[in-house]
Amino acid sequence: MLEKDVSLVEGAIKEYYFNHFDLIGIPSKISQREFGYQKINGGMIRHVAINDIKELHLLLMRETPSDVYCSNAYYSFPSMPMSEKDWKGADLIFDIDAKDLGLSCRNDHSVSRCSECHDTVIGKQTACAKCGSTKSELVSVACKNCIAESKVETKKLIQILVSDLGIRDEEIEVYFSGNEGFHLRVVNNSYEILESQQRADLADYVMFNGAIPETFGMKKQNNSKSTLPEMGEFGWRGRVAENLFGSKSKAAKMSRQIILDGYSAFQVRLDSMRQTIGARIDPKVTMDIHRIFRLEGSINSKSGFSKFKCKNIDEFDPFTDAVLLGEEKAEVIANCPVQIKLKNKKFGPYSNERVSVPKYAAVYMICKGLASAV
Amino acid sequence: MLHPGIMDLAKYPFLAEAGEYLRDKGFNLEQLGHPDWTPLVEKAYGRIVVASSGQVYGSDTERLENPDMEILSFIVAVILLKAASIHTLTRRFALAEARRAERYLQRDLWSNKEKKNLELPLKIIQELFGVEVKVENDEFVIKVADYLQRAVHFHEKEWKLVNRRIQNGFVYLTAHETVRLIRTELGQYINSRIQSISLHLIPDTFKASVQDLVSLASKFSDAVVISSDYPPCVKHAIEVLEKGENLPHSGRFLLATYLLARGQTTDQIAPLFKNAPDYNERITRYQLEHIAGSSGKGTKYQCPSCDKIRSENLCFAIAECDGIINPIQFGKKRGKTNA
Ligand code: SF4
Ligand SMILES: [Zn+2]
Ligand SMILES: [Zn+2]
Repeated sequence: MLEKDVSLVEGAIKEYYFNHFDLIGIPSKISQREFGYQKINGGMIRHVAINDIKELHLLLMRETPSDVYCSNAYYSFPSMPMSEKDWKGADLIFDIDAKDLGLSCRNDHSVSRCSECHDTVIGKQTACAKCGSTKSELVSVACKNCIAESKVETKKLIQILVSDLGIRDEEIEVYFSGNEGFHLRVVNNSYEILESQQRADLADYVMFNGAIPETFGMKKQNNSKSTLPEMGEFGWRGRVAENLFGSKSKAAKMSRQIILDGYSAFQVRLDSMRQTIGARIDPKVTMDIHRIFRLEGSINSKSGFSKFKCKNIDEFDPFTDAVLLGEEKAEVIANCPVQIKLKNKKFGPYSNERVSVPKYAAVYMICKGLASAV
Repeated sequence: MLHPGIMDLAKYPFLAEAGEYLRDKGFNLEQLGHPDWTPLVEKAYGRIVVASSGQVYGSDTERLENPDMEILSFIVAVILLKAASIHTLTRRFALAEARRAERYLQRDLWSNKEKKNLELPLKIIQELFGVEVKVENDEFVIKVADYLQRAVHFHEKEWKLVNRRIQNGFVYLTAHETVRLIRTELGQYINSRIQSISLHLIPDTFKASVQDLVSLASKFSDAVVISSDYPPCVKHAIEVLEKGENLPHSGRFLLATYLLARGQTTDQIAPLFKNAPDYNERITRYQLEHIAGSSGKGTKYQCPSCDKIRSENLCFAIAECDGIINPIQFGKKRGKTNA
C-alpha cells in the first residue's frame, strides 16, 4: 500500500480504537492467550502475551495494527514458541465465509484489478483490456446476498449446536467476520479440551459429512427390510426425514420408493443433501487448536469494517452496523466499477475520479484496492 | 469403591481389589512357588501365549468354574511378564485381557437390565476412565466430548459422530459400543497396572516359563512408530498389521508404496509385516523390492489413488483429506491462513 494510503487508513483505525475500545471483545483468561497482529505492509507478529485490558489498549494505540488476532487456545506460557506453550484448552470456533458457498452472485460483485495498470472491471477476466497483462487480482465487494446466505448457514449451525450438541444459546457468541461472513465462538467446558482430530469429526458432524445409509436405517443386504427415520426425530435422522419427505402425509409412500431405489442411490441422496442441511463451515478453522483468530471488535483490513458482535442476526446489517470508522470527508481517486452502499449511502461507480467521501468509504475502497488517497 | 464379589474379580482380575482378595485368603508368592502349583503356572503361561497370538483367552465366558484359578492365573501371568520384561508381550497381553474383560462388561450390561447388576460395569467405566454413563431405556448415554475423545481412534465410518444418534449433547450407544469405546483405555489401564508392580524375587518354578516367554517374544517385532502425519488409510493399514490381523494385498500395496514414496527403505518397511499371520521374510522382501523397483525390471510402483483405495474399502477419509486425490498429498496442501 502506498504511503499516503497507509497514513489515511492507520489514522482512521487509531481513531476507532480510541473511540470504540469498548467494542473490543475481551477474551476470558486474557493473560493465557496468544495475541498476534499485523501492520499494513508488515508481516505477522505472533506469540505476544498480554496481561490485562490496559495492555491490550496500549498495544492497539501504540501499534495501530491493521489486523489483530487472539488465540482460541489458552496456554500456560502464551509467549513461548508453540512447542513450549503448554496447551490447556481452546474455545470451539467456526468460520462461515461467503466465498466458500459457491454463490451465483459472486461474479457480479467481483472486481478484477490489473496488477500492471491497475485498471478495474467487473467480473473475472483473463487479460487486461487496457494493457493486455494477464496478471490480476480479484476482489469481492459488499453484497447483500452473500450476507443473507451466510446468515442462513450461521443459523443452521446454531440450531445444530444447540439441539444436537447441547450447547446453550448463551454459550455461543456470533460475530460478523468484518468482511463476508460470520465467526462463532463457543465457550463450553465440555468441548474445550478436544484435540484437533476430535474437532475435525465435530466439524464433519455439523457439515453432515461422511453420513452412511445404515445410520438412516437403509440396509445394504436385505434392502427391502429397511426402515427410514421419521419426521420429528432428533438430530440428523429427523433432518434427513424432513428433507426426504417434506411432509408427514407423503412420508410412507416416498419411503417405500426410496427403499426401492436402493442403497447406492440413497448414499447419493445423502451426499447431495449436505449442501442444504449441513452447515457450510470452513473445517480447517474448527480443527485448528492453535489458531489465532481475528479479535472480536477489531478492524478487518480487508474492508475497514469491524468484527462486530451480532445480538440479533436477523436484523443485523453489516454495511451499516459494522461500519464504524469516521464520517469526516476524505479525498481519494476512486476507480470502482461497481456501486457500493454503506450506511445507506450509495457510492460510485467511479471511473478514475477524484471524489470526496466519508472516511469509512474511503478506507473501504482503499482496502479493496479500488481507490487511493490524494 | 467398587466392592466387587469373587465372580466379579474372576471377570475383572486387574482390579486392585483382586490383590486384596488373594491377600485376605492368605495366598503369597512363596506359596505359589511350591511344585503343587505347577498347573497354575502352566495356565498362566497359556494365558500369555494365547494373548500373544492376538486371541482372547478363555472363550468359555459363561462358566468361570473356578474363580480362584481365574484370578490367580492372571496374577501369575503378570508376574511372569514382569520377570520377562518384554514390552511387546506385555502390551499384547494387556490388550487381550482388555478384550476378555470387554466381553464380560458387555454381557453384564446387556443381560442384566435390573439396575442393580448394571452397577459394577458402569462403575468400572466411570471410576477407571472418568466416563459417566447414564442408562436410558435399553441404551447407554455418554457426553459427546467423552465420545469424540475415544471414537476418533476408530476408522470405520459408523463411528463418525455424524453416524451416531445424538441429542442435547449426549450420544446414544448399545452395550457393545459402550464397551468397545473403552477397549484401548482398558488395555492401557491393565498395562499400567502391570508396570506399577515391583518384583524382587521369583520362585524357581516360574523360571522355565519366563525363559519360554523370552524366546516366544523374539518372533514378534516391536511396536512401529506411527507418525501422526500419515493419512488415515495408511494409519489403518499399520494398525491392522500391528494387531496381527490380516491385511488384504491391496492394503499392503498401499502401505509399501506410500512409505517408499515418503523416503523409507525396504529395510525399514519390512519389519512392519512381521506380525502378519502369513509372514514370510524372504517373500516379503522380494515383494517390497519389486514394488520399489530395485529388482527385476525396475518399474517403481506409485501409491494408488484415493479413488482406488476407496473402491477397496480401505479409505477412512477425514476432513484433512478434502481436495486430495492421492494419499501422498495428505498434509501438504494445508496452508495456515487466519480467517
Ligand atoms: S482420502 Fe485418500 S488419503 Fe484420505 S484416507 Fe482416503 S485414501 Fe487415504
Ligand atoms: Zn492492465
Ligand atoms: Zn454475493
